[in-house]
Amino acid sequence: MILRLAIHAASAAVAFGLLAFAPAAHAADSVDPVADANAFKKFFTDKFPKVTLKDFVNGPYSMSEDLHRQWEEKEEFPPYEFALEAGKEMFAKPFKNGKSYADCFPNKGIGIRQNYPYFDEKEGKVITLELALNRCREANGEAPFSYVKDEMAALTAYMAYTSRGKPMDIKIPNDPRALEAYQKGKEYFYTRRGQLNFSCATCHVQSPGERIRAEVLAPALGILNAMPIYRSEWSGMGTTSRRFTTCNSQIRGVPLNPQDDEYRNLEYYLSYVSNGLPISGPGARP
Amino acid sequence: MKAPLIARFSKPSLVLALLTYPILTASAVQAQSIAEGQKLAFDRAKGNCLTCHVIKGGDLPGTIGPELSDLKSRYSRDDLIAIVSDETKRNPLTVMPPFGRNRILSEKEINAVVDFLQTL
Ligand code: HEC
Ligand code: HEC
Repeated sequence: MILRLAIHAASAAVAFGLLAFAPAAHAADSVDPVADANAFKKFFTDKFPKVTLKDFVNGPYSMSEDLHRQWEEKEEFPPYEFALEAGKEMFAKPFKNGKSYADCFPNKGIGIRQNYPYFDEKEGKVITLELALNRCREANGEAPFSYVKDEMAALTAYMAYTSRGKPMDIKIPNDPRALEAYQKGKEYFYTRRGQLNFSCATCHVQSPGERIRAEVLAPALGILNAMPIYRSEWSGMGTTSRRFTTCNSQIRGVPLNPQDDEYRNLEYYLSYVSNGLPISGPGARP
Repeated sequence: MKAPLIARFSKPSLVLALLTYPILTASAVQAQSIAEGQKLAFDRAKGNCLTCHVIKGGDLPGTIGPELSDLKSRYSRDDLIAIVSDETKRNPLTVMPPFGRNRILSEKEINAVVDFLQTL
């Protein structure tokens, strides 16, 4: 048990040394996303030498062979099929004004999931796919959807599906505000909060593969590539917004509103450090 | 059992009771505290220690922390109180929540949890 403690402390020290404070060669306050992303990948591939880089996108299922088998069985009759079909139909159906989602996106919205979220230099903010979808609806006189499930999950499921296998490709433009958004997302990820004093990293960097009660924790690398996901526990689909707010409530913290700036920055950071890993959404989870 | 009765005693009468029936009442109080501590340790809304630790008698334990067993031989009562109150003092990077510092458990509740831990 003492050994166990030592291992915990050592791996945590590695994680925080490498991730939170970037490589030692740089000044503590310099922001270096390229170095961050490399260190991030190295941390997880060192910790799980048997898991291939692209397999991390399978979340808890990447953490053991047993779970991986469960996942393969699940993929034969994927529980997200229904949402995917619904999303495809919704995506094709024109708005009342005759326009459609395709008019709001590059390449008519097909095969572009890997570029979200992106930093909009006009607005000076991070734009996520969920946000872009609701903005598209509102610009065309339609009411926005709830960010957490149902229609939003169906639409993002379809858009992810058309991008399956494409490597996550998040860019940080040469704009100090973009770098700041990235840095704020990173800080959010590593800041402990809530009555239980957890950060996102406590669970998804320090403890991936461990069980928290009956649930196996997903690694933070590639953690958004499978979004949206079907979860048996939800008996339905959930979006990135749903997952963020649920994780915040679990730690008896007060969740933010979906698409608040902090969550958008967080999504920017987490997606950037997973660059190169394939989009695998929609996903299915236990 | 005598639980409601004990709870109704005011402090002086409890002291009196302890003086009058030192052995019987002290062990009854002790047994009650151990049971209370176990309840707190397993309760999801309270200690929820099972989320991270294998504990004898608990279902669906997590694996984040070490199994809690044989604690009495390795830790004094004060050590255990310190660990449960704020493990970040011993290990700043621990994932274990600071139950005392963040007032997840009261002092009395921590005492009960530690009574329970000492039976493991
Ligand atoms: C107390 C532990 C805990 C904390 C803290 C936590 N999560 Fe989670 N998270 C979970 C559990 C449990 C699951 C469900 C099992 C799994 O997939 O990892 C989960 C799942 C996820 C998933 C889906 C992963 C997948 O492949 O299914 C994402 C994304 C996620 N969390 C992001 C976050 C973010 C961002 C934060 C911080 C704002 C955070 N989590 C904080 C426990 C936590
Ligand atoms: C979120 C995870 C988590 C929760 C919840 C948790 N612990 Fe822990 N606990 C740990 C970890 C991890 C360690 C290993 C030591 C460290 O990290 O400093 C630990 C260590 C301990 C130890 C020292 C064990 C040893 O063998 O050295 C005791 C005692 C303990 N915890 C008691 C408790 C009690 C009692 C509760 C509930 C009131 C609790 N823990 C809740 C994660 C947790």
